[in-house]
Parts: sequence; C-alpha cells; structure tokens
Amino acid sequence: MLDKIAMGLLHQVAELDELPATGAFNIRLNGKTAARSSNPNVQIIPKTDKPGINILIKPGTKNETIHIPVVISESGVKESVYNDFIIGEDCDIIIMAGCGIHNCGDEDSAHDGIHSFNIGKGSKVRYIEKHYGEGEGRGKRLMNPTTIVHLCEGAVVEMENTQISGVDDTVRKTTATLDAGATLIVHEKVMTTGTQRAVSDFVADMNGEGCHCDIVSRTVARDQSHQKFVSILNGNAPCTGHTECDSILMDSASVIASPQLTATCIDASLIHEAAIGKIAGEQLIKLMTLGLTEEEAEEQIVNGFLQ
Amino acid sequence: MLELKHISFEVDGGREILQDINLTLDGHVIALTGPNGGGKSTLAKVIAGIVKPTSGQILLDGEDITNLSITERANHGISYAFQQPVRFKGLRVKDLLDIATGRTHDMSMACRVLSEVGLCARDYLDRELNDSLSGGEMKRIEIAMTLARGTKLNIFDEPEAGIDLWSFQSLIRVFENMRENTDGRILIISHQERILNIADHIAYLREGRVEKYGTREEILPGLLSTVDETACRVLTEKMEVKTNA
Repeated sequence: MLDKIAMGLLHQVAELDELPATGAFNIRLNGKTAARSSNPNVQIIPKTDKPGINILIKPGTKNETIHIPVVISESGVKESVYNDFIIGEDCDIIIMAGCGIHNCGDEDSAHDGIHSFNIGKGSKVRYIEKHYGEGEGRGKRLMNPTTIVHLCEGAVVEMENTQISGVDDTVRKTTATLDAGATLIVHEKVMTTGTQRAVSDFVADMNGEGCHCDIVSRTVARDQSHQKFVSILNGNAPCTGHTECDSILMDSASVIASPQLTATCIDASLIHEAAIGKIAGEQLIKLMTLGLTEEEAEEQIVNGFLQ
Repeated sequence: MLELKHISFEVDGGREILQDINLTLDGHVIALTGPNGGGKSTLAKVIAGIVKPTSGQILLDGEDITNLSITERANHGISYAFQQPVRFKGLRVKDLLDIATGRTHDMSMACRVLSEVGLCARDYLDRELNDSLSGGEMKRIEIAMTLARGTKLNIFDEPEAGIDLWSFQSLIRVFENMRENTDGRILIISHQERILNIADHIAYLREGRVEKYGTREEILPGLLSTVDETACRVLTEKMEVKTNA
C-alpha cells in the first residue's frame, strides 16, 4: 500500500523502513489512514467529528515509542488533521511525529497538523518532529503545524523540531502552559533555501512554582529565503526561562529574531539571546588550512551548526 | 626547505608590513621572533596562503607555491595553528579531527594527539568547539589538530599564548617530541626564551624586516643581551623576578 516514494518519505521523517514491529502507530498517507496499531498501553482512536486521532496513553506507561507520521505523495492534497494526546501520570515515552511531502505536480500540497498534548503529572515525553519536502513540481509543499502543550506538575517534555529541506512555506505555532515543577525544552533546527519562508511563533506561560522553559532555535537561511522567530516567555510564578535564537545568514536571505520576556512575578528569572550573522571569515579560513575548499568548509560549518 | 624571496606586503595606505623578506628556512625547528607588530604573524599567514604578498615568491621544497590557495597549500603539506583558535557552534572536537586528518573516527590517533596536549580523548571528542571550552583548552586542541595532520611544514603562531591551565613545560615537551618523532619542519612564532632554546635556527623580525637569521647559537645570546630601551623598567624587573622564581 505504501509505494517507493511514500516509503522514502517515511524514512526521512520517521526513520522507518517498514511498519514498526512493536509499539503503537498511525501512518497517514494522502489524507487517509494507511496503517494503525494500538496496544494495551497506547490506544489510538480515530476522531468521528473531524480528521485526526485521539491518542490515549495509560498512566505508568514506560519505554514506548509511538509513531504518527504523515506522508503526502500525491500533488494537490490539502488537509488539516487534529491529533490529541492524553498522556497519563508517570509515563516515560517517545513520540515520533513528522510530515513528508513529495510534490511533482502543479498543485500545492499542504498538511496542517494541529496537535494538543496534556502531559500527566510526573510524565516524561520526548517529542520528535521532522518536516521534509521533495519533488520537482511547480506545486508548493506547505506545512503549518500547531502544537498546544499543557504540562502538569513535574512533567518534562523535550521537543525536537527539524525542518532542513524542501518545505516552501511554514508557520509553526507552539503554545505551552507549565504547572509547578514542569520542564519544557525545545530544540528547533531550520534551514531554508530558494524563496522558502519559515515562521516560528512560540508562547510559553510559566504558571507553576519551580517550572522551567528552555527554547533554543538554530537556523540557516540561504538564497532569498526568509525566516521569522518569535519566542515569548511569560514568567507568572517563581520560574526560570531561557530562549535563544541563533541564525546563520547567507546569500540574500533575511531573518527576524524577536525574543520577548514578560515577568509578572518577582521570582521569575528570564533570559533571552538572539544572534544573526554570516559565517565568520576566520571559520572558513581555519577549515581551509585543514585542506577543505571554501565550499566544503561552508558546508561543514552549516552541517555542524544544525547538528 | 622553505624559501622566501623578496616577500613584501603593503596594506592600504602604503604601509609596508613586510619589506623584501629573503629567508631560506632550513633546519628542523625554526623560531620566528621579534617585537610585537614586527610582521611575524603576517609572514606566517603569507606562508599559509591566508595573506597574499604584494610581491615576492615562495618555494616549498623547490616548488613555487606563491599562487596556490590556502586549501592547495594545506594539501601540499602546510599546517597552521592559529594564535587565536577559532570557535564553531555545533562542530565538535572529533569533527575537526576528522577534517584535519581526512579520516573518520580514528580513535587511536585521537587519543594519541589529544593526550600529547594533555587532554583525554574520552572527555573531549564530543565537546563542541564553542564558548564552553576555555581559551587554554581551545589552544591545546588547535595544537593537536596540527599534530594530527603530521604535515611537512607545521606553523605555530605563539603557541604559548593562552596556555593558562597547562604547564608551560608540557608545551615545550610537545615540541621536543615533535622534533624527535616527526620529519616535518616546525616553524614557531614565539617570544619565549625556552621555546627559542629548542630551535635550530632563529629569525628575528623587526619593523617588517629580517634583522637577524642564523643558528640558535649565533642568534640567541645576542637577543638575550639586548635591552629593549622602550620597555617599562618596573614591568621588566617584575618579569625577571617571575622568570627566575
């Protein structure tokens, strides 16, 4: 049912070369469910009122990896998909999401994934989301993910968002609310080329005592592409927050970095850092003295930066 | 053998940083010394291809390398350890080692060169070359990269600068070991008497000119007896006390 192109996309976004042998999964292909599997700890139930699934994770579930990739290999598919995760208390799980679009036609293909998470008390979640586009068609590859996360007391979420190639336009919106003692760590890696546009809009409300938020974005903007990174941390309780945006600017690209901090509690401690700049000449020269050409040196610096 | 023929370098405005340098660098360990601003680092950069001379010719083992790029010179066997090592966000020590050697994950080599500069490969290979490393650590890694390449001409620009947490004696030992165990020629820019002491030949540059060049025995005694009339007396006395301690 999954052809070679779809399998290729699946490999890119979910590192899957076949259906997972263990663990729950839901694979969405061209607007429909291609494969689904639940297990006693993880129930994946299709929504009846709109496209999407509910993912229910039993309290105490540990060492489970859940795959929910989306692949679009037909030109002109446009969809909004709603996935709601209800994660019980004291879990320790990995969620592999991601979307791959192959578009070799003239019509735009688009996937808007709206994910909500309720992370139970003391649970630990690693969420990995990769976006990838390919195909030589004139139709665009568009992805607009929305992520809404609520971390209950003591919950820990690590999010890794990667978009390295082939996505023409993205607006990523992430909102998070943190209860006492919760920790949210976000690592975003983005590279845009050509005339691509990537917007990342992040808001975290740190409402519980002792919660912590760390948002780090590393991006490379090449050619005539444009990026915008907005990161808003609201410290409403004794908490610590850090947001950092670091961008390499190349060719005629443009980047806007806009970190914003608001503290409404005397014991909120918030830091932001933002840096935009081209590759330093001395970095290129150093690698050239080790035998690389200028182009090879540039590639190494970019790859290392996004590593 | 490295031959520099009539090398001059002018910056905009006509100021001459290097003036008609003629040097044949033979011997195994050669030291380049002289006052700050005398042109030592510029000359090293001219040899590595980082700075293009206004005029002159450079021959490496008889081959004219004047018009070769930095990359081509690196691949002809020239290594250059920077005075100020460069930091890279994201690149790790092992990535730089892989680039330097053209090999991937050669653990025994990594262990050999990093231990040579007093670092444990297990602790450092995965470290990012970013601000989390101290200046001294960066400097040692920079020296290790040159050791790893094992090329026929190895240039070190003030290797002693920034070696803060590592004993100076260990640095001297690195160069003594290099001298004993490698065939590659070593060109060290230094102000330190103990480094000059392990050189076979010494060139003294001042105001863009080679004032003296010869064997260590010929040059060093004269340098040590030279009193810099412009030096601050208080600082000179303090430095002498520190050196003798």
